[in-house]
Amino acid sequence: MRTALRPRAGSGGGSATAPHTPEGPISTPNIAQSRPVRRPGDRLFRGAAVGSGVFIVALISAIGLFLLLQAIPSLRANQVGFLTSGVWNTTSATDLQFGILYLLWVTVATSVLALALAMPISLGIALFLTHYAPRRLARPFAYVVDLLAAVPSIIFGLWGIKVLAPTLVPVAEWLNHNLGFIPLFAEGNVTIAGGGTVFTAGVVLAVMILPIITAVSREVFERTPREHIEGALALGATKWEMLRTTVLPFGKAGYVSAAMLGLGRALGETVALYLILSATTAVPELSFFDGGATIASKIALGAAEFNNPLTAGAYIAAGLVLFLLTFVVNALARAVVAGKKEYA
Amino acid sequence: MAKRIDIKDVNIYYGKFHAVDSVTLSVPPRSVTAFIGPSGCGKSTVLRSLNRMHEVTPGARVEGRVLLDGEDIYAPSVDPVEVRRTIGMVFQRPNPFPTMSIRDNVVAGLKLAGVRNRKKLDEVCERSLRGANLWEEVKDRLDRPGGGLSGGQQQRLCIARAIAVQPDVLLMDEPCSALDPISTLAIEDLITELKQDFTIVIVTHNMQQAARVSDQTAFFNLAGVGQPGRLVEVDDTEKIFSNPSQKATEDYISGRFG
Repeated sequence: MRTALRPRAGSGGGSATAPHTPEGPISTPNIAQSRPVRRPGDRLFRGAAVGSGVFIVALISAIGLFLLLQAIPSLRANQVGFLTSGVWNTTSATDLQFGILYLLWVTVATSVLALALAMPISLGIALFLTHYAPRRLARPFAYVVDLLAAVPSIIFGLWGIKVLAPTLVPVAEWLNHNLGFIPLFAEGNVTIAGGGTVFTAGVVLAVMILPIITAVSREVFERTPREHIEGALALGATKWEMLRTTVLPFGKAGYVSAAMLGLGRALGETVALYLILSATTAVPELSFFDGGATIASKIALGAAEFNNPLTAGAYIAAGLVLFLLTFVVNALARAVVAGKKEYA
Repeated sequence: MAKRIDIKDVNIYYGKFHAVDSVTLSVPPRSVTAFIGPSGCGKSTVLRSLNRMHEVTPGARVEGRVLLDGEDIYAPSVDPVEVRRTIGMVFQRPNPFPTMSIRDNVVAGLKLAGVRNRKKLDEVCERSLRGANLWEEVKDRLDRPGGGLSGGQQQRLCIARAIAVQPDVLLMDEPCSALDPISTLAIEDLITELKQDFTIVIVTHNMQQAARVSDQTAFFNLAGVGQPGRLVEVDDTEKIFSNPSQKATEDYISGRFG
């Protein structure tokens, strides 16, 4: 290569070409003309990368804008407070009444319950897979967990209402009976025996978000630098102490991100909750044994009303809230992760 | 403090692979023993068998006996965690815990051992950092992350962390190979100071370093490709570098052999 280039360098016009030592820089005619080299491949790829970046920002803005524009006329025509009311009556376009409050409660309650159940279990599975399971077992086991993520949510819905809900009824009744003094376990606005409660929905959602939280946490835990692990062990740490001093701090940010991914999925989950939650117009008791609908499942339930732009706008307004909610959740997750950046 | 190590007929395996063949050697207390030899000859493996770190690698096992003042650390009743508490280790790449402050790094071993007394921890922290010649450089920023220090400072932090628990033995696995010459010099001076209190075993690729810091040198070599590593000879450092009894050792230290 080098010898082939030499004659070209030598003929580079009147430029101050340094005498060629074996390690010396190789000047080319382009440098002599003092114009930076532009390779078509570089430009093409740069263009493609910038374009993709712009595209995704534009897409998100467009979705947000679409939701906002479609929602504004309906919000204007709304007869009740959108954020302060729980009434949802959109049958008549001239007397629109839609409030997000109850939907918001059911959405947040199911998702937070799911997260509370799934987070410790995922942590346990991820640590088991990365640091306890024998290598031969870890791989197939991880595969099975991943497979859980591939199950369509309609299947989870069917399983949830037909199998899990009846199974959970005794548990729910026991909780209600023994812990009923805590508002969250008090009677809700639907029957506990029916099973179509926030409680059942939360458990099903927990199963649904388990794989994503586990998979992401596992990847992060696996990347704990070997020297940190050995450093802890060499100091006389037991396995658990080693996990606590190296793997968990190292993976914490990733674990929180994983949980937020799971929460995002739970907040937006539609079909499973559409099947599970018992519809009701009653005021929620702020209990795990409430029924109702989440924002997403309410929108699915209202699909028949989308032919009228004003009615559809009411659902779109609800969708906008869900959109913002996931944004806020993501922002919070980032803040949590960035909080300890100095130690990253 | 500062115990004697007797390695007796130790064979080390990774799964079916026989990595080190029958090593027997003694390390007197309050001295520095250097392990030298070409890459892959098993010197780090032998070092890691001295605090039972070797068995952390899946499939790895050790046969034979390693006596610490006469007590076999491979006896069935011995807990490897306890062994590692009394035999400290410093690694090739500085590995302070990135999520901990300088102070927490130094006292991490004590905290693991259950020491909670704040005053005692601060005392040990200062003493260990002074012992590692790092105190003056970091005393004003003990609450800053350990990862923010320079490579040489991080390695001295790791030494402080290792000596904070007052181990009987200090093992060092190429502690200067990732450091610049000035930091290397600082660590070497430190090793010379530390041998007043500790028994030190150091693996090094740098023969000048072995000659400078050690009292005793062990030369390891491979019998051949795919063959296990073995101990060729061990003797006073002065003798190894001036008049070794084995030709292989002479070839290696004079650079006639890679």
